Amino acid sequence: MLTTDVAVIGGGVAGLVAAIEASKFGARVHLIDENARAGGQLFKQIHKFFGSHRHYAGIRGFEIGEKLLEEAQKNGVQTLLNSFVFGIFGKEIGIIENQTGARWLDAKTIILCCGASEKMIVFPGWTLPGVMGAGAAQTLINVHHVSPGKKFLMVGSGNVGLVVSYQMLQAGAEVVAVVEALPRIGGWGVHASKIRRWGVPILTSHTVKEAHGKERVEAATIVALDENWKHVSNSERTLEADVICLAVGLKPNVELPLMAGCETMFLEELGGRVPIHDENMETTEEGIYVVGDCAGIEEACTAIESGRLAGVAVAEKLGYLSKDEAYELKVQIRKILDDLRGGPFGEHRVRAKQQLIERAKILKGLKDE
Amino acid sequence: MRIMRHPILPPINRKEVNITVDGKLVSAIEGEPIASALIAAGIMTFRKTRIRKEPRGYFCGIGLCTDCMMIVDGTSNVRTCITPVREGMRIETQVGLLREDAGC
Amino acid sequence: MSDGIATAGSPSIEELERSPGFPNRKRLIKGPVAVIECVQEIPCDVCGSSCPFDAIKVPSISSLPELDEEKCTGCGTCVPLCPGLAIFLVDYNFSKDEALISFPYEFLPIPKVGTTVDATDRLGRSVTKGRIVRVLEREQFDHTLVVSIAVPKKFTQEVRGMALPRGDGTR
Repeated sequence: MLTTDVAVIGGGVAGLVAAIEASKFGARVHLIDENARAGGQLFKQIHKFFGSHRHYAGIRGFEIGEKLLEEAQKNGVQTLLNSFVFGIFGKEIGIIENQTGARWLDAKTIILCCGASEKMIVFPGWTLPGVMGAGAAQTLINVHHVSPGKKFLMVGSGNVGLVVSYQMLQAGAEVVAVVEALPRIGGWGVHASKIRRWGVPILTSHTVKEAHGKERVEAATIVALDENWKHVSNSERTLEADVICLAVGLKPNVELPLMAGCETMFLEELGGRVPIHDENMETTEEGIYVVGDCAGIEEACTAIESGRLAGVAVAEKLGYLSKDEAYELKVQIRKILDDLRGGPFGEHRVRAKQQLIERAKILKGLKDE
Repeated sequence: MRIMRHPILPPINRKEVNITVDGKLVSAIEGEPIASALIAAGIMTFRKTRIRKEPRGYFCGIGLCTDCMMIVDGTSNVRTCITPVREGMRIETQVGLLREDAGC
Repeated sequence: MSDGIATAGSPSIEELERSPGFPNRKRLIKGPVAVIECVQEIPCDVCGSSCPFDAIKVPSISSLPELDEEKCTGCGTCVPLCPGLAIFLVDYNFSKDEALISFPYEFLPIPKVGTTVDATDRLGRSVTKGRIVRVLEREQFDHTLVVSIAVPKKFTQEVRGMALPRGDGTR
């Protein structure tokens, strides 16, 4: 039976940072990822990241991925790749390797970095080939250098919809429109501005009504929405398109946290059902932590900092860091998380995170009795 | 189609492999998912539904939705979005959930 | 006329003039200056650490960037470094009749100096013709080019790009 101090499940940006942080203090760390290479969403991101120096700001996502993989290796993090975690039983982790054999990992602590999945909406014609998640389209163009079409309709104007639209332009395609059901754009203004500058229309209070085509998407009908989310009659417009990307939100992957016994809460601001965690990113299960988008949909900088926080917390729990040393580091990281959530885009998340932490206090308090 | 030149990304430098899709030879790049090779070749329909024979293809890209399943080297229900190509792989459009469904 | 960053996806002139990164008209007509069109508070301070003359301040990570109009020399260092591609360089006095607008560019094909292009505004609309005067490509820009086009002075506050060659998906 393979044993370890810290099992980090999911090698995306949060998992990599958590693994590096814990290992820096001397913990034995195993990073488990279902893909042939760790890095999660990083290798699909070809734009320069935001934040500040400690968040690798100004560096393109895939370059950050390379840096983190290198750092993980340098710090002695053991990686188990092509390894799919099928279950967590107490602190025993069941893994399927290479889609063929199974193995077990017995961990003292677990950090769950399972990330998120794309939400979807349904409409007539949504099953036609050519309708796909925006993230799925992004993987094709940025990782595999394959474009699924020439004319894209993007449904959703959150950061994913806006950024992927820009990347479609870079791949040589045309984005016929971005439709957004809300009366305002969901993502950051700078992302919206850069696609508007290059001629992409963004239609707020609009949605996709139907996808047309025989063997694949050939056209899309879009329609305006009124204040009650109802289609405005006679506002339909049919656009020529061969791909319809759905960028309608992300939700945390809570399957493993649920299986591990973690309590969850439904918080719309964080993408839906979220594992409850305290201010150390520890769930209601002692020794099990959640970080990154799995702990609530945010962005790369908060994923990095939450990863650091959990890395410090497990190092402390395992005795590699004294209580005082850990306290200093944790206070610093929490302040940065607060700063990152400053500004109008962070407000909802601040409140939601507070609710999670308060609930954690109550539930953990009950457990101690 | 393949993106031959990109303003940011360096070109992919891996060797070509050959696979067959419903008997036809298709060029692929070593290590890429089957779905990627098919889409690059302009093939968007991966399977047909059992009763109405409706076309289905690439959707979630991460092995969760199962819309991309095809018969690979005789095995049904292989998720092509997460399965890498290999030289000589035989890919077939899957109808329904079992190979046998192709008859009905 | 755009109705704003949250609805049209492009800042209105009013939103820009209110933001601390946008130089006022007096400074604009004095000579080359950075024009920071970042009007929403998001966690990012790359521009602040990029300026060699210390002319950009980002007080805390989620603050709006502030341009010190006196310190800014219009060197253009910040233009290719902003992750949001939201900084431009404007030289009002490029020539007797023309202003030079420099913007970050991340597409193929690489524009050719001397070409006449459709100069576009923040909403991608062609407003005038422009002439490509310079295309800067440097390793430290990490694949972000800086393209400079000359346009009639009256379009100084409007032009922020050029029409992209039509994508046919096979570039």
